[in-house]
Amino acid sequence: MDTKGEGEHVGEHVGERKARPYGDLYTAAELMVAAAAREIKDGDVVFVGMRLPLLGFQLAKHTHAPNAVGVYELGIVRDAAAPEPIFTMGDLPNLHRATWLADTGDVMGLLQQGLVDVSFIGGAQVDRFGNLNTSYIGGPDKIETRLPGSGGACDLAGLARRHIIIMAHEKRRFVPKVDYITSPGYGDGAGWRERVGLPRGGPSTVITTFAILRFDPETREMMLSSTHPGVAVEDVMSNTGWPLKVAASVTETPAPTEDELSILRRFDPQGFWTGV
Amino acid sequence: MAPDSKLMTLAEAVSRFVPDGSSVVAGTALESFIPFAAGREIIRQRKRDLTLIGPISDILFDQLIGAGCVRRVRAAWVGNVITGSGYNFRRAVEDGALEIEDHSNLTLALALRAAAMGVPFMPARTALGSDLFKTNANLKTMICPFTGDTLTAVAAIAPDVAIVHVQRADEYGNAHAWGNLGVTREACLASRHIIITAEEIVAHDVITSDPNRVITPGFRVSAVAHASWGAHPSPVPGYYNRDHQAFLDYQESSQTPEAFAQWQARWVDGARSDKDYLALLGEKRVAGLRLKHHAPAEAVDYGY
Repeated sequence: MDTKGEGEHVGEHVGERKARPYGDLYTAAELMVAAAAREIKDGDVVFVGMRLPLLGFQLAKHTHAPNAVGVYELGIVRDAAAPEPIFTMGDLPNLHRATWLADTGDVMGLLQQGLVDVSFIGGAQVDRFGNLNTSYIGGPDKIETRLPGSGGACDLAGLARRHIIIMAHEKRRFVPKVDYITSPGYGDGAGWRERVGLPRGGPSTVITTFAILRFDPETREMMLSSTHPGVAVEDVMSNTGWPLKVAASVTETPAPTEDELSILRRFDPQGFWTGV
Repeated sequence: MAPDSKLMTLAEAVSRFVPDGSSVVAGTALESFIPFAAGREIIRQRKRDLTLIGPISDILFDQLIGAGCVRRVRAAWVGNVITGSGYNFRRAVEDGALEIEDHSNLTLALALRAAAMGVPFMPARTALGSDLFKTNANLKTMICPFTGDTLTAVAAIAPDVAIVHVQRADEYGNAHAWGNLGVTREACLASRHIIITAEEIVAHDVITSDPNRVITPGFRVSAVAHASWGAHPSPVPGYYNRDHQAFLDYQESSQTPEAFAQWQARWVDGARSDKDYLALLGEKRVAGLRLKHHAPAEAVDYGY
């Protein structure tokens, strides 16, 4: 996710939900990373964020998207996965044999020019139009919790051709309207991004601990697209803070394959990001 | 004629160029090269009322806030990159003890770039539609005079001092850094003073053998201090890896003011020199962070 929006480590939330919902087969976080990797198309220029997306990019590079290019906000561009597990984008294996080491302004320039196909962002609070809050729970005038802030998330949400949100699915996080827009989604609906002057983009997908959600192309409202194995539509509804729209045919999110799991575990050997 | 040497101890550099009330940009390469040794020195000297400027800073800003050095923060993100929240920061904001100016990484980069270019603002396409405008009076929307597009105008930020950690520098302030540079170059050019902390102090000829690697002209630099392992626990390319355990431990060490006071007593006030600090880390831990695989670049020819 990007860049660091999330207030806390995602793995912890996944663990809180229910211990090992998928038995010994895989964890919810592994399923989420596999789903994130599948959102990357071969040849995409990917602005890779913090945490799970670091792994999602590694996985995509080793499976269906060998030609994807990774861009990192601290000034790294690379066309091969890092040779060893990394915890942050600045870990030295992520610099090894990079194709470009540069300035933040340079890679943000690529983003502003519209050359980044997809980016990943984590959120603490999201609303029905995909706006994200990673700054102030309660809003800036009545602060209940101060979260870390935007990092690059606001830039990615505004300027990538599409962005993907990864977060824990809890009612307190899925609210009708966020208390503060750190990273813009579709604002109050269709036409909003154009009105405020954003040149392109918007959230395409929300990957949660329960489900995958997409956005209605007409209204720009979030819509349930698939539920993870073992999760009922009602589970998703009861953990969402507004009457969630449901796609005409809700499918089941494909489980991670054995091949995907073995690659994931190679890059997260201790389960730091994807353990329960 | 050789210029004057700017080499001094880190204590002297901080004492002279980081007075109470100054604005300090640091952590400019994001996750790497974070000048933690300088941060600890600022805490030891009990500096007060600082304004901290930076993109993400990892836990550096949280430490300075916890130690009571900070009045204002102008940043995109403050926390602990691998665990999430920075608890000193969170407490201080929730208690109303800090003045906050919220940025994104791009607006912060452009604010420094504007100062580096000597102009009052830079235009951008980011932040439009966000609430950053509500908590940052130095962002305004504007209409482009050429295209009519709505843009974000990002006001210049000119810090009093930039503190930058690098691999090597000469005594005149010419410094080599290689790796991801973040907003380092803008930050140096935007600031009135620059303090360089370096893993190694090298001869001037070493620096001029590879001028593309110099981050800012030496004449802009005010102080050069030798700081071996000066970015630990963040990584320095060519020198050492990131010490993830230190960041994990810090999560607990900052969870309460009492725990943070203990952390400060042990790691800051209890380790007054590089040597004390390394001794506290222990040989085994230090050895574990050293590079396991070296990968030197091909040499380049600057001949004529």
